[in-house]
Amino acid sequence: MNVLIDKFDVFAGGFWLTLQICVLAAIGALILGAVVAVLRISPVPPLRAVGTAYVTVFRNMPLTVVMFFAAFALPALGSNADFLRLPGLDVVFTRLDTDLPYFRFALIALTLYTAAFVCEALRSGINAVPPGQAEAARSLGLTFGQNLRYVVLPQSWKASIVPLGSVIIAMIKNSALIGFFGVVGDLSQSADQLTSAEGYAFIPVAIGISIGYLIMTVPLGALLDRIERRQAVAAR
Amino acid sequence: MSSVLYDVPGPRQRRLTLILSVAATILVLTGAYYLIYLPLDEKGQFSMELWGPLVDPSNENFVLVWERIWVGIKNTLAAAALAIVASLIIGTLLAVLRLQLKSLAGNRYAGLSAPVAYLLRGLGSGLAVLTRVCVEVFRGLPVVITIFFVARGLPEFGITLETLWYLVIGLTIYNGVVIAEILRSGMEGLPFGQREAALAIGLSPFQTTTLILLPQSFRIMLPALISQLVVVLKDTSLGFIISYEETLNIGKQIIGVLSNPIQVYFVIAVLFILVNYSLSKLAQYVERRLSRGRKTAGLAAPTPPPAALTAQAEGGAAAT
Repeated sequence: MNVLIDKFDVFAGGFWLTLQICVLAAIGALILGAVVAVLRISPVPPLRAVGTAYVTVFRNMPLTVVMFFAAFALPALGSNADFLRLPGLDVVFTRLDTDLPYFRFALIALTLYTAAFVCEALRSGINAVPPGQAEAARSLGLTFGQNLRYVVLPQSWKASIVPLGSVIIAMIKNSALIGFFGVVGDLSQSADQLTSAEGYAFIPVAIGISIGYLIMTVPLGALLDRIERRQAVAAR
Repeated sequence: MSSVLYDVPGPRQRRLTLILSVAATILVLTGAYYLIYLPLDEKGQFSMELWGPLVDPSNENFVLVWERIWVGIKNTLAAAALAIVASLIIGTLLAVLRLQLKSLAGNRYAGLSAPVAYLLRGLGSGLAVLTRVCVEVFRGLPVVITIFFVARGLPEFGITLETLWYLVIGLTIYNGVVIAEILRSGMEGLPFGQREAALAIGLSPFQTTTLILLPQSFRIMLPALISQLVVVLKDTSLGFIISYEETLNIGKQIIGVLSNPIQVYFVIAVLFILVNYSLSKLAQYVERRLSRGRKTAGLAAPTPPPAALTAQAEGGAAAT
């Protein structure tokens, strides 16, 4: 059990790095997912087709493949994902700025993949708005944009919180993959490092790593359960 | 266009949509050309040297490459099939167990002496808490980590298996728990009269669950279960971390020899998308069939499953 105390900084550092990539990828995926959702509900057919194609591709592809693409195909194209070295942001998220680009590659893969699910969560929220609301707005003469802005989106937001939360939880769990794609020092890579290279006993390491992930996923899940139950009561 | 968001377009709207469509098409195509095609072309990624082994049957490596990919596909399907069957079994058992424990929790064990009754009640609630904790832990852990732990941990206890079984066990632990939760929420969402009627005609709680609730739950939750199959299939690609020879791992080996990562991953991605897309279409079809069947039977639509659960099932992979 000593490894939990001796190597506490490794566990804490891994937790911190995993948290960082989750926060960044969540922000990116929410923005990109919202854009894709707008494309998917827009009245212009080609834009809808683009949105649908995006969701179909990324929802049906394993994240592993997306990660491989990011980690091996981007360098093959000569890209270092340098556009992610945003000034200001790299002060807080120092990994964004390193010369080893894997953190940025992993971030791209996680964002692209999660955005498809964010889009679907947002759309399910929009579908949950009673059709009468949108019809009433239309009969008042509101345009498509006004209808969305004043009537549908404010209501859909409430219905999307729970599915969005599930998507974020899934994303946190997915982030465990990054350690197997060259990102050094996150929770999953620490597990590998401590058990195989440094030869620590397996069970305490497993416990430490599991606690790291459970701290992020279980409270979020409990919170979602509560919101959902409250919404169910309110809807009755 | 069946969206409630806009009316059937009039002539002016139609013209506007047409103009916007053409503009958007041009924009998308030029974007694709400059951002995707040109960079790829500049790096010579369209050369037959890289694509040949994958698409040109007269290429010397074509047969070899596809033989390897076929091995990978077979391994992927084997792992997925085993994991699906195992997690369905485990999931069903766990769902029934959790429901049994819940109904036991209210049992006072009248007629037994006080200490024995208290012991049984303590045992019942202890088991209920234990299963709850197991569900939360294994649902909250990334499936990669579960697989990794299984592959690293079992040999420490002297259990060495083929890598296939590590992958199957890891996937089963995670997906079994998820399927159990899907089935359980399906059973709890059933109209309460179902259980009351079953108890009233003298079925035991266990019989009520297995004969009345479980079959209905399977039926309601079929779309969610099929979506979970997509998740399992996608998650088999995690086998590469324990060097199980599934499709992706084979792809890595091919790239090691031919060094054409973009082309090989493209082909593998297309394979996955084709299979998973048809599975999701199947889920949609089943959902439509089920909702139609219910309508004709004149039954009230049961309460839909909690959104969090189905979303998690879909996003699970999200679980990768």
